[in-house]
Amino acid sequence: MNIHDIIFWILSLWAIVCAIFVVVSRNPVNSVLFLIATFFAISGHYILMNAQFLAIVNIIVYAGAIMVLFLFVIMLMNLNTDTEPQKSRLVHFAALISAGSLLLVILSAFRYANLTQVPITDAGDIGLIKVLGKTLFEHYVLPFELSSVLFLAAMVGAMVIGRKEVVEEKTK
Amino acid sequence: MTQLVYLIPLFPLIGFLLNGLFWKSMPKKLAGIIGSVAILASFCVALGIFFEVKSGGVPDKGIVHIFNFISVGKFSVPFAFLVDQLSAMFLLIITGIGFLIHLYSTAYMHDDAGYTKYFAYLNLFVFFMLLLVLGANYVVMFIGWEGVGLASYLLIGFWYKNKEYTNASKKAFIMNRIGDLGFLVGLMLTIYNFGTASYHEFFGQLSGGIGTMTDTGYMIGTGMTNAIAICFFIGAMGKSAQIPLYTWLPDAMAGPTPVSALIHAATMVTAGIYMIARSNALFNLAPMAQNMIAIIGLATVLLAASIAIKQNDIKKVLAYSTVSQLGYMFLALGVGAYVGSLFHVMTHAFFKALLFLGSGSVIHAMSGEQDMRKMGGLGKHMPITKFTFLIGCLAIAGLPGFSGFFSKDEILAAAYAKNPMYYYFALLGALMTAYYMFRAYFYTFSGSFRGTEAQKHHLHESPAAMTIPLIILAVLSVIGGYVGLPEVIGEHLNVGHLLNEYLSPVVQNFDVHHLSHSTEWTLMAVATALIVIMIIIAKAVTKKEQFKEATGLAKVLENKWYIDEVYDFLIVKPMAWIAKILNNVIELKGIDAGVNGVGQLVQWGSTRLKNLQSGQVGSYLFAMVIGIIIIFAIGIFGLFYA
Amino acid sequence: MPIQSYLFLSFSLFAIGVMGVLMRRNAIVIFMCIELMLNAVNLLLVAFSKLHGDAGAQVFVFFIMVVAAAEVAVGLAIIVMMFRKVNSVDINILNRLKN
Repeated sequence: MNIHDIIFWILSLWAIVCAIFVVVSRNPVNSVLFLIATFFAISGHYILMNAQFLAIVNIIVYAGAIMVLFLFVIMLMNLNTDTEPQKSRLVHFAALISAGSLLLVILSAFRYANLTQVPITDAGDIGLIKVLGKTLFEHYVLPFELSSVLFLAAMVGAMVIGRKEVVEEKTK
Repeated sequence: MTQLVYLIPLFPLIGFLLNGLFWKSMPKKLAGIIGSVAILASFCVALGIFFEVKSGGVPDKGIVHIFNFISVGKFSVPFAFLVDQLSAMFLLIITGIGFLIHLYSTAYMHDDAGYTKYFAYLNLFVFFMLLLVLGANYVVMFIGWEGVGLASYLLIGFWYKNKEYTNASKKAFIMNRIGDLGFLVGLMLTIYNFGTASYHEFFGQLSGGIGTMTDTGYMIGTGMTNAIAICFFIGAMGKSAQIPLYTWLPDAMAGPTPVSALIHAATMVTAGIYMIARSNALFNLAPMAQNMIAIIGLATVLLAASIAIKQNDIKKVLAYSTVSQLGYMFLALGVGAYVGSLFHVMTHAFFKALLFLGSGSVIHAMSGEQDMRKMGGLGKHMPITKFTFLIGCLAIAGLPGFSGFFSKDEILAAAYAKNPMYYYFALLGALMTAYYMFRAYFYTFSGSFRGTEAQKHHLHESPAAMTIPLIILAVLSVIGGYVGLPEVIGEHLNVGHLLNEYLSPVVQNFDVHHLSHSTEWTLMAVATALIVIMIIIAKAVTKKEQFKEATGLAKVLENKWYIDEVYDFLIVKPMAWIAKILNNVIELKGIDAGVNGVGQLVQWGSTRLKNLQSGQVGSYLFAMVIGIIIIFAIGIFGLFYA
Repeated sequence: MPIQSYLFLSFSLFAIGVMGVLMRRNAIVIFMCIELMLNAVNLLLVAFSKLHGDAGAQVFVFFIMVVAAAEVAVGLAIIVMMFRKVNSVDINILNRLKN
């Protein structure tokens, strides 16, 4: 058991515990905060695997932008614990069972998979931003450009959907 | 001329189509003319064929092939006509009397709204009857057999608005059907055992007698011949109104009187006799069947005559008389006197049609009244009708000199030769015949009028179109018998039995012992004397008749021995009960419930399934996850590849 | 670490995300659990890219993040609009897909 493994186990534990709290907590604001904590754990895993670029991007984009957006919306709607509806006990139970079954089914797939026991602790070059950038702009330029179009579409869509109905106000 | 035989059924068929398809636009007069002319044309062709047959110039043994009807493997049934002495004789009877009745109907049905329809049906009937007698094999005969049953149904229920009439026509059709089943079974037995339905081939195979092999490899035994013969006889029972399938004929008087004359006196009911006479080769080899025919015929004679004694409706008297005379014909067939039976067919056609048409004339004059108790003294107002009716009565009673005498006497002689008991019962029947016919005659035409004043004013002689056929038929009723002079008379005049000689290539009497001349004279004299006595008794009874309520035996006779009621109790009620059960239990609860149940199941299912689309996103998500689990499970554990 | 550990971790996070999606009635929290699932997948992809030495997988992760961002933007816009109409984000009330 070297330091690598220990850090791995700590990060994993942290991720799972925070994920469970995301699901369980009643206050949605708490859920958001715990999700951010989970993202930190996952970024930690990325760094452990020497995927530096992705780790940073994860923090900036996910934890920094997306979760903030979530928080904005929650604040906008003024949601807190007492307005939070709850599903019945039966549903909770069923959800637990379903998720558990899904886990088991997927995991059992790996009875048939030949997976080498190659550890992936060696710090390769792959996660470095130089290599990543090269791969991105050499082989995946088209998706890159298209993703900008995607963003444009998303922005326009969000603005159109979120617009207040002007017509109704005029008739009032 | 023989090649033109197809014209004979063709003319009535065309008449039927013209009258039937254009009944709305056809003017009344034209319909009557079309109907009558069609039959007249057929009669002319039939006359030509008759002469050709008589002189012996018929090619191909008389078979005229029209087209191939059924052809299966080695078994084939061609649609072919057979022209020989027997069919030529029947052709003349059918078309001749048919024409006279068409002529009569133009006047009788003059006021009826369904005039054109009537002539269409009549022509249809004649068409099928012609098919029946012209067929060269049993299948074509069966087509005609069924067809005349259908036409009879249509014509009996002609005034369809009256429920009783339609019940009567249904009864006729159903009873016919029961007989037809027997015919069909006999036909199938024939085809199975002999491999053919054609007359010539069948009779040819039978000519070897008992013990020879048929073409299909079966041994001809009395069991087989008796079975086929009895099955055919059952068919004849239904069509020709013998016990037990006779009750439809009196009820069939619900139809117009010319219909009764044509169908139920002269033609359709003789189909059974034609069939048995045609198959005489078969019946000669089936002694048990022959005995059965004779006994049933005799029983019918007595039963029907006894009922006729007490009937008050003039048409019902004639109907039971027909049943009784048919019994005579079957008696003759049963003792082997085929020619005698056919002779009686011919003479009976003459005088029975005459009697029916005469009664129609009476009913016409009485404005539709048929009850003899309301008639009387009509002789003063309708002399022609009275005179011709009298001739008919004399003929049917069997007084010497009239046609009925010769044919009936021949039957009685043959019966005596077979078994004296047959003769005594048949004689009793003849006496009853004389009695009830003259009772009817005296009630109708003698004495004083017993009807209403309104009817009295309406009494008149019928128009020429009605009286001319009466006169013609009366003449035939007198002279028609002279083609069949018995030996005892004929040898003095050096004239043989013309009918016997004419029919001999096709039909011959079988196993009829010859009586000594003195016996024959005795029989004839005794019969004649007794009949005259019966006529006198009839006159005396009708003079004194008080028309009291009938009691005791008279009541039983008047109510037809309650046979209809017995049938109703034994057969009709159980069938109705079974039908009700089938309807209520099986139809309503079983089949309907099943079919409706399917519909309800679908409805219930869709109501349940509707909840899938509840709009609840949560349940959608659940469904998604479950689906993914299942897909993974199948993919991973290979459940599909098992 | 052997790849199995990362597999297990990733699938556990995924399963927890699924549980959250099924359990919660708040639409926004459901959305967050979806993000959790996406991240679990990202993690697995990166682990595999390390296993095979393929940089393309990490580029793919990058694109997944891109798409997730766009999706969040649009999704939250929709939720806000629904909130304006019915004044609630309870998915039991948001059943306009009914029938």
